[in-house]
Amino acid sequence: MIGQRHPNTSVASVSSALVFSEGDLVDFARGAAFLGTGGGGDPYIGRLMAENAIQKYGHPSIVSPSALSDDATVCFVAMLGAPTVLVEKAVAGDDLERAISHLAERLGRPIDALMPVEIGGINSTLPIVAAARLGLPLLNADGMGRAFPAIQMVVMNFEGVHATPFVIVDEHLNTVTVETDTADRAEAFVRVVATQMGMSCVVSGYPMTGKQVKAATIHNTLTEALEIGRAVALGRQQGNPVQALLDRLSRSEIYGYAREIFDGKIVDVHRRTEGGFTIGSCAIEDLSDVTRQMHIDFQNENLIAKEGDRVRASVPDLITIIDRETADPIPTESLKYGQRVKVIAVAAPKLLTTPTALEHVGPRAFGTDHDFVPIQQLTE
Amino acid sequence: MSIFRRLLSQPTPYRLLCAASGNCVVTLLRCWRGLSAGLEMGRVGLAGVHQNYLIGVDVGGTNTDAVLMQGAKVIAACKTATTPSVEDGVIAAISDVIEQSAIAPEAVTMLSIGTTHFTNAFVQRMELDSVGVIRIALPAAKALPPFSGWPTDIADIVGQHSYMVRGGLQYDGSAYASLDEAAIAHIAQGLREAGIESVAISGVFAPVDNDLERRARQIVLDEHTDCSVVLSSEIGRIGLLERENAGIMNAALASLAKRTISGFRTAMARLDLSAPLFIAQNDGTLMSADFVEKYPVLTFASGPTNSMRGAALLSGLEEAIVCDIGGTTTDLGVLTRGFPRESSTSVDIGGVRTNFRMPDILAIGLGGGSLVRVEDGNIRIGPQSVGYRLREEALVFGGSTLTTTDIAVAAGYADVGDGDRVRHLNRDLVEAAVCEVHRMIEDGVDRIKTNPDPAPLVLVGGGRILVDRPLAGVSTIVSHDNADVANAIGASIAQVSGEVDRVYSYTDLGRDKALDEAKAEAKRRAQIAGAEKDALDVIDIEEVPLSYMPGGAVRVRVKVVGPLAEQGVSQ
Repeated sequence: MIGQRHPNTSVASVSSALVFSEGDLVDFARGAAFLGTGGGGDPYIGRLMAENAIQKYGHPSIVSPSALSDDATVCFVAMLGAPTVLVEKAVAGDDLERAISHLAERLGRPIDALMPVEIGGINSTLPIVAAARLGLPLLNADGMGRAFPAIQMVVMNFEGVHATPFVIVDEHLNTVTVETDTADRAEAFVRVVATQMGMSCVVSGYPMTGKQVKAATIHNTLTEALEIGRAVALGRQQGNPVQALLDRLSRSEIYGYAREIFDGKIVDVHRRTEGGFTIGSCAIEDLSDVTRQMHIDFQNENLIAKEGDRVRASVPDLITIIDRETADPIPTESLKYGQRVKVIAVAAPKLLTTPTALEHVGPRAFGTDHDFVPIQQLTE
Repeated sequence: MSIFRRLLSQPTPYRLLCAASGNCVVTLLRCWRGLSAGLEMGRVGLAGVHQNYLIGVDVGGTNTDAVLMQGAKVIAACKTATTPSVEDGVIAAISDVIEQSAIAPEAVTMLSIGTTHFTNAFVQRMELDSVGVIRIALPAAKALPPFSGWPTDIADIVGQHSYMVRGGLQYDGSAYASLDEAAIAHIAQGLREAGIESVAISGVFAPVDNDLERRARQIVLDEHTDCSVVLSSEIGRIGLLERENAGIMNAALASLAKRTISGFRTAMARLDLSAPLFIAQNDGTLMSADFVEKYPVLTFASGPTNSMRGAALLSGLEEAIVCDIGGTTTDLGVLTRGFPRESSTSVDIGGVRTNFRMPDILAIGLGGGSLVRVEDGNIRIGPQSVGYRLREEALVFGGSTLTTTDIAVAAGYADVGDGDRVRHLNRDLVEAAVCEVHRMIEDGVDRIKTNPDPAPLVLVGGGRILVDRPLAGVSTIVSHDNADVANAIGASIAQVSGEVDRVYSYTDLGRDKALDEAKAEAKRRAQIAGAEKDALDVIDIEEVPLSYMPGGAVRVRVKVVGPLAEQGVSQ
């Protein structure tokens, strides 16, 4: 069903301001790592695959949700599984095509554009590979405006878009389609299939109309990730990368508010693997006042930052630990004693703070005993 | 989940050291019997032959250092300039120590050389071979072909013959596709016709089981008898691309390794040395000259490692921070059980990302030649340095550049050059610069540590005269007369290692059996590398439960170390 490269009448032909050059991909990966709030995995392999795909198939056109006709068909494409397996088996490439063509067959209509499910780690760059290979436009939008660890934690789900049919493909192009009543159950079934597939597979789901995309996704996040990464690079040249990062985030139409909430060094890190997640916490000591400490709990992504009993920031607001000199985001698996860091808290996109969204991605959804208070209120 | 809990409930000989890299890394160090003796004279010297003379040489970018040792005792030491042809500098340095000690060349029982030659060749893209790369992976991993992410200047030299064939394993060792033997034979014929003599083979999850890689090597050798073949599983760790890169790097250095070893042998012949030749590798142990011809990448970063091993020997400390202050940089590393702590992250070498064993070194831009200047009222030190021109450009040597060495002399705690030339320096400036030097080292020490407890610090390298005051986070500072040549001393210590990094199913095998298997395999590897069979000690066990994985899949790394076997000396 796919392969109708051009013309594609469901997507208005607009000249795209966003073209991923090789330098752009480095900036984009850095920005996406920041928005990944400590999770999402190492985006290095994703970036290399994107570079390879662009070299071979050319740049995908990147389009704004507003360029879609209301009846266009859109889905996300992503990698799901264990990061340790991904670094061995990578992605076959034709598995991406298979996932999308199979979903199209199931829907009985062609896919008009692809979308990243999250804007953090490998899954922010993998859709570039898919879009380049298939000659499909890539939407400048995603389902989280950050990264979260599960299929049900996306704006589409909060806004009533059905997660399934959900297609899972392995490197042999073995294909399984899951159809469930809820996104939570889709998550449960998909994990079982992924295990049988060797813990690394390509997935596609959340089929949407153009109309749904306009209402139920977070727009312009590819541009945001690129510009955040670029601001840090420029800031480094001018000797103030952290300020440049904060300035850029504060100007953002999606986030619009960012504060440095702590400046110190890591004095303790605990990590364990539980239920398929990396769970743990780190302690950061103030550089000038050793009586002040911040504790950050994480489950793949950073969840909540506290000083004593006082919550300084929590999900769904973004909490990212960065190197205090270079402003490079530090993934949770790389945190270690002695690192000099700053903690940046960023206001979540509005669609993540609705009552329904908070049921899925608020502090209580991750087992903590706090209600969500926006960073703006916690800081002022 | 069970694994982590079980570890925590182990009795006290186990210590949880750190949680780093990957998902949940639990490093277990057991207080293994006997290793504490490893640095005493008898154990460090060759078993039973420690009365004999050992020569250690360290060939750095600037200096070639040599020591002549009797067991752990330094008999003679010298520093010479590294020469464009490495052998000449080695000959000069060895002749010097033999002459100083007035022994007959026949009395030397072992020569070991540490060299940065292979690292430099790779970084400078010199004398590299074109490599035939065969990856066993299809239908997986097609979107990430070999040489992804390599700078084009080096990919153009090395990477013109790369292939992917069918075959590969899941994380649990089961095959997801059978090996395409015909394709490999065909590729090998093509490589033979193209005159490609060095081949690197990689396979998905080969660290779990390298049967497919070994079978592929046999097929290649059947078709192309004269080529040398390296397997990714012999060098790298989990992470296909990085492990494959390590294999390719190694293969690219194959003929340079042969030429270099042959150059060292020529040098030995000219010096009438008949002792066996060993090369220092980057974990602080030695490998035979034959072994380095096969695995030259294992010498990468052996310079800092040799300094750290030498520091351990000189100080008698097994658990310490080593601070090696050179002319331009200070290398900080951590000794655990007398050996350098390994890096747990990927490393870029010459723009290529790899994940093979490397020492965890923090380099800071502070050395004896670092420039000292005032900017906006603040003292700034380094990273610019006069480097090897210190003896011309520093104030105390009659030059016109203010360096950290001048500061140490002006502050009255170092005595080199002419102190009168720095007497005019402003007292406050000198004091501020001294504080800054110590602050930079304190900062580095804190970064390289894994916990806030004060630790002893061993100072080595020519720039160690910069340190005169107590350092925060440091319990004691240890230095030694021969600390200038700690690197050559480190190269002379005759210990051999073996290592395994593999995924085991604890559900199928049980933890004890899996660890036993891993230890046995590590010991087998150490023996192949020349270790004495019955004197091997386990120095590190690391268990990483793999996230999302069923079946209790755990990545296990075991490392063993022991003295060189006697036949290794008398061969």
